[in-house]
Amino acid sequence: MGTIPQEHYEPKEGTTSKWINDRLPIMGMMDHLAKFPTPKNLNYAYIFGGILVLFLVIQIITGITLAMHYQVGEDSAFRSVEHIMRDVNYGWFLRYAHANGASFFFIAVYAHIFRGLYYGSYKAPREILWIIGVLIYVVMMATAFMGYVLPWGQMSFWGAKVITSLFGAIPLVGESLKVWLWGGPFVGEATLNRMFSLHYLLPFVIAGLTVLHIWALHHVGNTNPTGVEVRKTDIETVKKDTVPFAPFYVTKDLFAILLFLIAFAFFLYFAPNYLGHPDNYIEANPLATPAHIVPEWYFLPFYAILRAITFDLFWIIPAKLGGVLAMFGAIAILAFAPWLDTSNVRSTSYRPIYRWWFAVLVIDFFVLMWAGAMPAEGIVPMVSLLGTIYWFAHFLIIMPVVGLIEKPLPRPDSIEQAFKQKHDIIDESNTAGGVAAQPAE
Amino acid sequence: MKTTIKSVLVAAALGFALPSAALAAGGKGKLLGHEFSFDGMFGAYDQGELQRGYQVYQNICANCHGMKHVPFRALADEDGPGFGEAEVKAIAAYYEVPDEEGEPGDTRPGKPFDYFPTPDAVGNPPDMSLLAKARAGGADYIYSLMLGYTGEEKETAGTILYENTAYGGYLSMGPQLYGDDVDYTDGTEPTMEQVANDISAFLMWAAEPKMVERKQAGVWSIAFLILFATLVYFTNRKIWAKVKHPEDHS
Repeated sequence: MGTIPQEHYEPKEGTTSKWINDRLPIMGMMDHLAKFPTPKNLNYAYIFGGILVLFLVIQIITGITLAMHYQVGEDSAFRSVEHIMRDVNYGWFLRYAHANGASFFFIAVYAHIFRGLYYGSYKAPREILWIIGVLIYVVMMATAFMGYVLPWGQMSFWGAKVITSLFGAIPLVGESLKVWLWGGPFVGEATLNRMFSLHYLLPFVIAGLTVLHIWALHHVGNTNPTGVEVRKTDIETVKKDTVPFAPFYVTKDLFAILLFLIAFAFFLYFAPNYLGHPDNYIEANPLATPAHIVPEWYFLPFYAILRAITFDLFWIIPAKLGGVLAMFGAIAILAFAPWLDTSNVRSTSYRPIYRWWFAVLVIDFFVLMWAGAMPAEGIVPMVSLLGTIYWFAHFLIIMPVVGLIEKPLPRPDSIEQAFKQKHDIIDESNTAGGVAAQPAE
Repeated sequence: MKTTIKSVLVAAALGFALPSAALAAGGKGKLLGHEFSFDGMFGAYDQGELQRGYQVYQNICANCHGMKHVPFRALADEDGPGFGEAEVKAIAAYYEVPDEEGEPGDTRPGKPFDYFPTPDAVGNPPDMSLLAKARAGGADYIYSLMLGYTGEEKETAGTILYENTAYGGYLSMGPQLYGDDVDYTDGTEPTMEQVANDISAFLMWAAEPKMVERKQAGVWSIAFLILFATLVYFTNRKIWAKVKHPEDHS
C-alpha cells in the first residue's frame, strides 16, 4: 500500500476474515493501519494528529445532536440555544463541549502545524500531504466561523457582518459577491440559514480531506524528530527503525489524548465561557454595534494581519483589499513552504540558524494573536504591521536564504542509531536492534 | 535544542494566556472582586441566597427588566431557588403574561409553564435572563454595579445619567439600593451589600441554572480521566520497555 515495506495480510484459510477480505480487502486495510511501521523515536510533539481525529469526531457527534434541538431563524436561533442550555437533557454539556471543542480543536491544529514546520514535515515527498493539511485548516476556519454565527448573539451577527463585508473589497465583483453571500441586501434570515446549512456540510468535507491526509501519510510514512527517513530497503531493516503503530502508538497517543482531554474538561466544566465573548449572550441587534468586535481567539493572528494594512499597497491596491489579501495570503503561504524552504535538512533540530528564526515565528504568531485582541489604537497597529511583515518575511526571505547559507549539524545515520543513543542501548550486535523492534503479535 | 523548544513553549503558554485575559477583562470599570458561594470547582448555589435574590428581583428589578428565557417552573429547581410547588404557582400568578387565547394585548395571570414577562419600560432595559453571562466580570459585575454609584449625576439630551465605578462612566439606570430596600421573609438583615450579593447570585442562577450539575459532573469526569490516564501511562511504559530497554528483556 505504501512506500514502506510492510508484512502482507494473510488471513487463514476458511475464516470469516478471509471470506470478507477476498471480496472487499477491508480486513487487509485494518491490518495495514494497525501494523503500520511508525518511527520508534516520535516524541510528544507528534501526538496532535490523533487528538485532531478525536476532536473531529467529538465535534460531529455533539454538533449533530445540537442540530436536533437548534432552530435556525432570526427569531428562534437564540431562544433555541437557551432551550438547549436549560431544558434539553445534558444540553449544557453538548453546547459547552461543542464550543470549547472548537477551541481545543484549534489548539491542537496549531500545535500540529508548528510541529510540521519545525520538523520539516512539508518537505519532499510530503508536499501533497502538507497541502491537504493546509486545506483542512482553511475549511476548519470556515466551519468555525459559520458555527459561531449560529447562536445569533451580538458577536455572531457583527462578526458575520464584518467578515462577509471583506468580500466587498474585491474589485468589480465585490459588491455582488457580498450580496450573493448574504442572500439579500443585508445580514439576516437568509444569511443565517445558509451558514447553518454549510456549517453542517463542511465537517464532512474535513472528514473526507482527513482520509486523503492519512492516506498520503501512510503512503510516504511519518517524519520523525531526526528528519532521517525510515530505511526502506527491506522489511527487516524497516523493523530496526520502526515499531508497529499498534500497540506502541495506540497507548502513547491514548495517554496524550487523555492529558489533552483533562485540560479540555477543565474548561468545559469549570470555565465554559472563558474562551467566549460575553457579548454573544446578548441577542443579535442590527441597530446596536458592540464597542469592540472581536473574533474568536483562534482567528486573532489573522485578524491582526487583516487590520495591519491601513494604507494603500503599491499605490494601486486600496487598504481594505490589501488587508484581505494579506490575511488570506498569510494562510495560503503555508502551502508554498515545501518550495520556499531551500535547506536539504528536514529537522530544525539540526539547523543552528533556522532554529532561532523558527522560535521568532512562533512568538510572532502569539504577538499577532495579542494584537488581534486589542482595540486598534496606541502601539497595536504598529505591532500588527511589524508582526505581519515578519510573518511574510519568514516564508519569503528567511526560509529560502537560511537554507542556502546555513551549515547544518551532523545528523544520525539512521533512526535506529539515534534511538539507541538516546536510550543508552548497547549495540552488541545487529540482532539487538532486531529484538528491540520485533512487532507484537 | 531542548532549551529552544522549551522557551517556545513558555512563550506559547504566555501568548495564549494574554489575549484571553485581555478579552476577559473587557469592561473599563472597576470591579469589587466579591466572593460568591458558587465560586470555585465545588461551589454551589445557596438556596436561601437565591430565594432572597428572587425577592429582590420581584420587588425592584422586575419593574423594568424581564427574564424571557426563564420559566417560572425553574424556580422549583433543587439546585436553584427550590421554591415549593404552591409558592411557584403563587409567584407565577403574581405576573401578568400575554394571553395568546384572547385579543392581542390581553393578559392573564401567569402559570408555572410561562416565562417571566418583559415589562413595558422606558429606555428598553436589558433582559435579565442572561445578564450575568453577558457582562465581563459576570455576577461580580452586577454586585459591583449595585454598589458602584458615586452620587454624581449629569444631564445629557434631557436624560439624567448616573456615575458608576463598575460601569466606568455614566449610565442611564439610577441607584437601586439605599439600604433596607427589601423586607426579607427569612429575617436576614437587608444591608446594601447583602441585597447586592443576593440579586447577583440570583441572576447568576437565572443565566446558568445548570451550573451545579455541570460542576458535579466535572469533578467526576476529571477524576475519571486522571485515573484512566494513570493506568494508560503505566500500560504504555510497560509496552515500550522492551523497545527502550532491550537488555532487560533479552
